[in-house]
Amino acid sequence: MKPHVGQARWEALAAEPEFRALLRARRRFVIPATLFFIAYYLALPVSVGFWPNVMSRPVLGPVTAAYCFGLSQFAMAWILLGLYLRRARRFDVAAAQMRRRETHELLDEQR
Amino acid sequence: MNAQPSLVMFAVFVGITLVVTYWASGKSHTSLGFYAAHRRIGGLQNGWAIAGDYVSAASFLGITGLIAFYGFDGFMYSVGWLVAYLAVLLLVAEPLRNTGKFTVADLMSFRLRGRGVRAIAALSTLAITLFYLIAQMVGVSAIVNLLLPRFGDIVAIALVGVLMLVYVLFGGMLATTWVQIIKAGLLLVTAIALSLLAIGHFQFSLGHFFNAAAAVATGGRESNLLQPGLLFHGKLGAWNLISLGLALVLGTAGLPHILMRFFTVPSARAARTSVAWAMVLVGIFYLTTSFMGLGAATIVGKDHIGRRMYAGQAIGYISHHPQQQQVLDTQLKRDGYIVPTPDSNLAAPLLAQQLGGSLLAAFVAAVAFATILAVVAGLTITASSAFAHDIWFSLVRNGYGDETEHLFVARATAVVVGALAIALSIALRGFNVAFLVGLAFAVAASANVPVILLALSWRRFSRTGAIAGMLAGLVSSLALIAISPVLMGDRAIFPLENPGIISIPIGLAGAILGTLFARDRESEAMFDQLQVRATTGIGAEV
Repeated sequence: MKPHVGQARWEALAAEPEFRALLRARRRFVIPATLFFIAYYLALPVSVGFWPNVMSRPVLGPVTAAYCFGLSQFAMAWILLGLYLRRARRFDVAAAQMRRRETHELLDEQR
Repeated sequence: MNAQPSLVMFAVFVGITLVVTYWASGKSHTSLGFYAAHRRIGGLQNGWAIAGDYVSAASFLGITGLIAFYGFDGFMYSVGWLVAYLAVLLLVAEPLRNTGKFTVADLMSFRLRGRGVRAIAALSTLAITLFYLIAQMVGVSAIVNLLLPRFGDIVAIALVGVLMLVYVLFGGMLATTWVQIIKAGLLLVTAIALSLLAIGHFQFSLGHFFNAAAAVATGGRESNLLQPGLLFHGKLGAWNLISLGLALVLGTAGLPHILMRFFTVPSARAARTSVAWAMVLVGIFYLTTSFMGLGAATIVGKDHIGRRMYAGQAIGYISHHPQQQQVLDTQLKRDGYIVPTPDSNLAAPLLAQQLGGSLLAAFVAAVAFATILAVVAGLTITASSAFAHDIWFSLVRNGYGDETEHLFVARATAVVVGALAIALSIALRGFNVAFLVGLAFAVAASANVPVILLALSWRRFSRTGAIAGMLAGLVSSLALIAISPVLMGDRAIFPLENPGIISIPIGLAGAILGTLFARDRESEAMFDQLQVRATTGIGAEV
């Protein structure tokens, strides 16, 4: 941790509209995505635990509903990964802009 | 089974990794090099290394065995361990890379200055790591039976311990990373090959494959491995399943040896790329566990998975019941071996034996050995950083002391941790390794995850909250394991096998109540800085 800018500078950065927008954009993706994947995942042990008879029914040939649901979790994880990677490129641009500007301002201060 | 080929293959793996270690040893003279490989590992490489660090003996031997014995219920582990990476991806990886230095405690003590937080964070890292280490070493004792039948468990465990120490002591994080990458490649190829062979056994018809899995003969009766409820059943089955599921899906984001890998990459973006690669590789691997496990149950036969005794070894067996003796004799005559103790950890090697003969079995056993070796090395370096960086350097020496001392303490800790793990794992043999690791996940999910998430997102969060949360999570999860059926059997006070469903909320409640109890102005003042750094990467360690 290099204290290369003072406390006041960090607070100013945190208050910048650009930063607030980045933070909001991240949260708008991350919070719903997290709630969704936890709910989707927990639906598996809950359904299998409380309705074993329903989940034991073969749906795809001999493969049971439980096993299909389990396999669908792999697809869910990979799709969510893909969506996040796409969205995160935008976050990267905003973050890089802030980083670049900060280095310039720091150099100016030192001059 | 002939031990010669597996010894040769294992020796080749060891030879290659020792060359890597020699090459890396020139680059590990600083603490930055030793703990974080100078932060010069690429995203793709780190993704493979994460996969190599994560897919342990618990996954390869343990889950395959659980699926072979209990079908769908074992597959629950595979699902949970992949989905868990979403928590790492979305919540932890990038902020951690942007704000930390070497350890999880770095992230917490960024805004929660002071000795208490760091000490307890290091303590929980040590506890989780040790739990995990024991599980890995127990896996050693399971496969040594195949790999080095003449040497015995203790020699094999000691061999793994010594080799792992060589990697860690001389090669540091760089050598450990490459050992993990090589191992991940080997393991993935092996798992895919075994799966294809298993499906090939059914003329490459998935229909036939799953039909066979739906009608597996056990002790003369048929059971459907595709149905849930073979492992988790009865009155509390559902709750056992949910508790385990919670621990699996949240625990990964609190595993110190996985989190530490994000300090080896140059940027938050590389951290994200590495999780993405890891999710692809780990996902493919966990898909294959179904084919390996169900394949073992159908092709080897559920009743034939265990520690086998061949005619030569079996001469000395004595049964007290003449009838049972007769059963054993018949089995010996029919199959050429008997299975005196079922051991689910042996499902994968025995499947290989059945499908590809002793050469493939030897290869699989050698890969399993390599797997354990790589994971154990990663765990040891994590424990050593927690002690040397967090406890010794930051607390005992108050940040003084030079690089030479820092590295000496790190290496000495590695030796102590290695010795401790060897001793404990010799004492604890015979448990299913996936199951043991499930407990380590519960501790990580209860003690680390609530505090990491609150430190990153709650302005008000305080030192008292962090200490209360970690202690509550650590103590409650360990205490519940101690009074659970795992350790107390039928006399258990706590009815569930995995403590997650109780101990995770306790950890979270501890963190929240501790925070509400006392205000921490310093921590609140640092929140802006933490948030800017975590989100933008300004001022991140390079």
